[in-house]
Amino acid sequence: MPNKTVTYAEAIREALREEMRRDPAVFLIGEDIGVYGGAFGVTQGLIEEFGEERVIDTPISEAAIAGAAIGASLVGMRPVAEIMFFDFMTLCADQVVNQAAKIRFMFGGKAKVPMVLRSPVGSGTGAAGHHSGSLESWFTHIPGLKVVAPATPYDAKGLLKSAIRDDNPVLFVEHKLLYRTKGEIPEEDYQIPIGKGEIKHQGKDVTLIAYSIMVPRSLEAAKILAQQGIEAEVLDLRSLRPLDEELILQSVRKTNRAMVIYEPSKFGAFGAEIAALIMEKAFDYLDAPVIRLGGEEMPPPYNPNLEKKLVPQVEDIVRSVREMVI
Amino acid sequence: MEQKERILKMYEMMYLIRKYEERVNSLFLQGILPGTIHQSLGQEACAVGMLFDLEANDYVVSTHRPAGHALAKGVPLRSMMAEMFGKSTGCCRGKGGSMHVGDIRVGMPPAIAIVGGGLPIAVGLGLACKMKGTDRVVICFFGDGASNEGAFHEALNGAAIWNLPVIFACENNLYAASTRVDKVMKIEHIAERASAYGIPSRIVDGMDVLKVNEEARMAIERARNGKGPTLLELKTYRFCGHSRTDSCRYRDKKEEEHWRSRDPIHNLRSHILQEHIADEESLQVLENQVLEDIEESVQYALSSPDPEPEEALKHVFYGE
Ligand SMILES: Cc1ncc(C[n+]2csc(CCOP(=O)(O)OP(=O)(O)O)c2C)c(N)n1
Ligand SMILES: [Mg+2]
Repeated sequence: MPNKTVTYAEAIREALREEMRRDPAVFLIGEDIGVYGGAFGVTQGLIEEFGEERVIDTPISEAAIAGAAIGASLVGMRPVAEIMFFDFMTLCADQVVNQAAKIRFMFGGKAKVPMVLRSPVGSGTGAAGHHSGSLESWFTHIPGLKVVAPATPYDAKGLLKSAIRDDNPVLFVEHKLLYRTKGEIPEEDYQIPIGKGEIKHQGKDVTLIAYSIMVPRSLEAAKILAQQGIEAEVLDLRSLRPLDEELILQSVRKTNRAMVIYEPSKFGAFGAEIAALIMEKAFDYLDAPVIRLGGEEMPPPYNPNLEKKLVPQVEDIVRSVREMVI
Repeated sequence: MEQKERILKMYEMMYLIRKYEERVNSLFLQGILPGTIHQSLGQEACAVGMLFDLEANDYVVSTHRPAGHALAKGVPLRSMMAEMFGKSTGCCRGKGGSMHVGDIRVGMPPAIAIVGGGLPIAVGLGLACKMKGTDRVVICFFGDGASNEGAFHEALNGAAIWNLPVIFACENNLYAASTRVDKVMKIEHIAERASAYGIPSRIVDGMDVLKVNEEARMAIERARNGKGPTLLELKTYRFCGHSRTDSCRYRDKKEEEHWRSRDPIHNLRSHILQEHIADEESLQVLENQVLEDIEESVQYALSSPDPEPEEALKHVFYGE
């Protein structure tokens, strides 16, 4: 199986291109995704191949973007909408939360909404309070929405293909700091199933549960911890909803310790869900309380030093694990 | 103030904005500043013409492209430059950065970088001005792109039905990031949208500070006298990319040249010399002073302290 090395952004683009070639119902819609190629260059070159009909540049109208995707998907299209920054999900939240997620249920199962909404989260670019948000937790709270958040090019491509072929609305969470990271992918078609996590690094002393940007950071931390005699297992959730409960529980039963690591502010965010799951279903296996290592309770600041403090860094993970294990 | 003096003051402010933006850009290119920038090169006449006659206790609401508005509203130059460096002496204490400059003490809430997000807030400011029985007014800047957000329409309607002292100043620079306005609007002028809400509007040459100022004064007077909102569409152009990394591949070079020939600062300078409002020498003195002030602000920023790490968690809630 010949492999090739691509960036996370390229992997996403490949998934889009291949799915658009495979299925004429797939189309893209979003702000500046045509000639401009999207704010992060993800859709570069696609308008040249598929034309303006299938790569639709929109006005700055997030509610209309999400709503148009929902409407089109209701009658047989398979739209992939882009919201330029995840912060702007707030502007189409009605369409996503009240419409996309509920339509099937409210119609008694007589309709489906096979759409994907892609959007980048994350701080670390100095873009401050309106362009650095990580609001993915909000959307994991909504029954009817699937939420995935890949960490590698391989997972990004495979998960996006699954998301496009899925008959439910899927929120595809990208991370700005991952776009240029590289990884291997096979030449041929493959999918990563939604709802399946993966152990990215084996260990026996503690389970680090992460997704998106926190996966590479946890792997980095695991390396450092290994030199200090602590073997951390790094678990990449990949899908936040549905959640791979069994993978989490198996790992915790083995290591007896768990830390959930995530970028959104700690309070009320997704990490609490994982912690509660472990308490409910693996309490007897725990040697220590489950720890949540989440973002600080503040909006994203501009100053780079303050910004770094906002989100768990490799050294924070190492320190917290040492405190927990030793 | 005599008209000649006013023109020189307007020129000085436009020159300051231009040189400030150029200096900030060069600092970015040196890799000294974090984040990104959206600059207002070419649009200086809009900021200055609109804000020249506002009082200190009137309000301005701005966007992701706020530097010109902030300087023209009187946000201190030093505190803006320090903000670019993320310093604790910055106008937002290093927490806001280039897209959020402002200073509530001079009537400018931190600029709002959610496109369209400022319009409803401007309505709220106007509502408060009216409820408190003052004759304060609000100028709300926004782009052509913002007029496609729902918030624009909701805000205009609100200002109209409540008869609020809000002047909607649309800087139509023909593009929203890479998207040309004719691709996302079936009408030619954003001003036409005002009539749908019963708001009077005017189309203005945004490259001519005197014309902008004349329209602004009329709209301000209407607002002060309880006659309600106005929408001014300022036709303008940005002489730079949308943001730091944008090379403007989507723009026609002929179009760029056409607008560059209408450079509001260059043209006002010629006008000043032609009409003997000032001579070359005194203009140079004025310009050199501006350049000195900018360098002084850079030194001030460089020598200012970074925020303490504990600052990070401050100012989240009031009272903590
Ligand atoms: C709600 C929202 N959508 C998208 C963006 C990304 N964005 C920032 S500026 C911009 C273009 C704005 O165009 P316009 O309103 O014409 O203002 P200009 O940049 O031309 O000054 C876009 C799409 C944003 N900041 N907020
Ligand atoms: Mg514009």
